[in-house]
Amino acid sequence: MTIKLGVPSKGRLMDKTFDWFGSHGIGLRKAGSEREYAGEVTGLAGVELVLLSAGEIPRELAAGRLHLGVTGSDLVREKVPNWDTLLRDVHGLGFGGADLVIAVPQLWVDVDTLDDLDAAAAAFRRTHGFRLRIATKYHRLVREFLRDYGVADYQLIDSQGATEGTVKNETAEAIADITSTGETLRANGLKILSDGLIHASQATLFKSRAAEWSDDDRAAWARIEEMCGL
Amino acid sequence: MIQPDGKAAAWAEAERLTAHFRAAGALPVEADILQPADTLLDLYGEDIRARAYVTTDPLRGEMMLRPDFTVPVVQMHMSSGADPARYTYAGEVFRRQEIDPDRPVEYLQVGYEVFDGQGPAAADAEVFAVISDALAGLPLRAATGDIGILMAAVRGLRTTDARKAALLRHIWRPRRFRALLDRFGGRVSVPSTRVALLEAADPMALAGADIGLRGRDEVEARIETLREDAAAAPISAEEVSLIDTILALRETVPMVLSQLRDIAMDLPAVGSAVQMLSRRSDALAARGVAVDSLEFEGSFGRTALEYYDGFVFGLYIDSRPELPPIATGGRYDALTTVLGGGRAVPAVGGVIRPGLVVSLRGGA
Repeated sequence: MTIKLGVPSKGRLMDKTFDWFGSHGIGLRKAGSEREYAGEVTGLAGVELVLLSAGEIPRELAAGRLHLGVTGSDLVREKVPNWDTLLRDVHGLGFGGADLVIAVPQLWVDVDTLDDLDAAAAAFRRTHGFRLRIATKYHRLVREFLRDYGVADYQLIDSQGATEGTVKNETAEAIADITSTGETLRANGLKILSDGLIHASQATLFKSRAAEWSDDDRAAWARIEEMCGL
Repeated sequence: MIQPDGKAAAWAEAERLTAHFRAAGALPVEADILQPADTLLDLYGEDIRARAYVTTDPLRGEMMLRPDFTVPVVQMHMSSGADPARYTYAGEVFRRQEIDPDRPVEYLQVGYEVFDGQGPAAADAEVFAVISDALAGLPLRAATGDIGILMAAVRGLRTTDARKAALLRHIWRPRRFRALLDRFGGRVSVPSTRVALLEAADPMALAGADIGLRGRDEVEARIETLREDAAAAPISAEEVSLIDTILALRETVPMVLSQLRDIAMDLPAVGSAVQMLSRRSDALAARGVAVDSLEFEGSFGRTALEYYDGFVFGLYIDSRPELPPIATGGRYDALTTVLGGGRAVPAVGGVIRPGLVVSLRGGA
C-alpha cells in the first residue's frame, strides 16, 4: 500500500505546493506532458501523488480515498460537515492566503458591522418586500456565520464567479466572497464589514482520519513529518 | 433511531394516536410531502436550509421535503375558513442533519391542531391535555412556557418603538436579543464607527457610487433612525432586570404566577399576559392536569422553529435525556397572520413522535 497525497492540479497553488515539498527534500512533479494529471514523487518511497481539482480534495479526504491533501482551509470547512472529526489540520503552508468576507456597497455609510447589516436587512425587507440578497458560493460558511451572530431577513443567492459584479447588476445587495487584497472589491464599489471576516484561509496540509492507514503508511507518514518538520 | 423493522410498529402507534385525536373531535387531513420552498424560506429565513431538504425541478423551482405539517395545515385551514376547527394528521417529516449523523433524517409525526378564536386559554389547555392523555402511563416530564409574557414585557418597555420592534424581531434568537438589550440598556457602548458617522458634518460625504437596489434614500433614512436611537435614553436598569427575571423563571406554575404578579406591579404591560397564564392554569386544572407540580420556564421554546408566540410545551423522557422531546407544541397566532395575508386565526397545536413512543415502551 502507498499513501495517496492529493495536490491541486494546476496554477499557483500547484506550483507553490511543489515548491514547499521540494524545499523539504520531497520532489513532486507532473508526469509526462503538461496536460496529464498523473504525478511523480522522488526522494521518498511509499507515497503516490494524485493531482485533482482543489475543490474535490476535501471530499476525497473525508471519504478516505486520499490519505493526505493540500487545499484551501475555506474549501474544507465549506464542503465537509464536521470536518474536524474526519480530517486533521496538520500544517498551514503559508501561501494561498485569502479571506472570506462580507462586503457591502460603499454607498452604505450606515453599515459597518453585522449589527448594521441585520438592521438594514429588516428595513430592506419592509421596503422591497423580499429578503436582502447576499451573493456567494460559500453557502454553509456564510449561513453558519450569520446564524451565529443572529442576522435575519437575508437570503443567499448562488454565485459561482464574478461575484463582485452582482451588486452593480442588481442581482444581489451584498456579497460574501474570497479576497486577498480587497482590490477587486474596492474597484467594484464595495467595502468589507469591520466584523465581516468569516474565515482567514490558506493552503493547508490535511490528514484524513477516514483513510485506512497500514503500518507501512504510518511509517511513510512519520518520514514525511520528519522531513517536513511537522 | 427507527429501524426499518420498527417502522411498522411506529405506524401502528401513529394509528392509535390518530384514533385518540379523532375521538377528541379532530378531522383527519393530509399534506403534500413536497412543499414550495419560498413560503418556508420567507417564514423561517435562510436557516431552514440547514434543517430541511431542498430539491428542485425546472418548472416549479425549489421545493422542500416537509420539515413539519404546520404550514400546509394552516394554509389549508385559511382557505377553508371553518371556525372553530380541529385537525389531526400523521406522516413522515424530513430533517436534514449537518451536525449529528445519529439523528434521524425522517420520522413520523402525529399532530393535533386547534383553530379556535373563542377561548385561547381553553384551547391551550385542550391541546396539552389531549396530547398528554394520548401518552398516559409513560414516564414523561412536562415543561411549559409562554413566549407571550416575554413579548408583552418587551412591548411594555419605556423606550422607542424602533427598539421594541428590534427586540421582538429577535425574540427567537436569544444571543442576539441579549446583545440588543445590553446595548439599548447602555450596558455596552455604541460602536465607534457609528458615533463617528453621526458626528460627521455630512455623513454621506464618504458614500461611494450609487450601486445596487438599496438606494441613497434608504441609507439616509437609516441614518435618521440611528440619530433617533442615539438621542433616546437607555432602557432603565430596572426594566432590563425585569426582562432578565422573566427569562430566568424556572418554577412550578403557581410559583411563577405569584412572581409574575409581582413583576406586573412594575411592568403593568405584562398584566393581561399574566392573566392569560392564570386562566390557562385554571383550564388545565379543570382538565385534570396537576398544575401545582407543572414546570414553567421563562425561556422555554425560544430556540424552536420560529413561530410560537404564546403557550409552549414539551414532554420529555426523563430516563432518556439523550432523546429529543417525545411531544412538543404551542400557540402560533402570528404564523396564521403571515400565511393568511393579514387575516389571523388564533391557533394552537402539538405533535407526537410515535417512533419514540415505541422505543420507550419497548425499552429499545
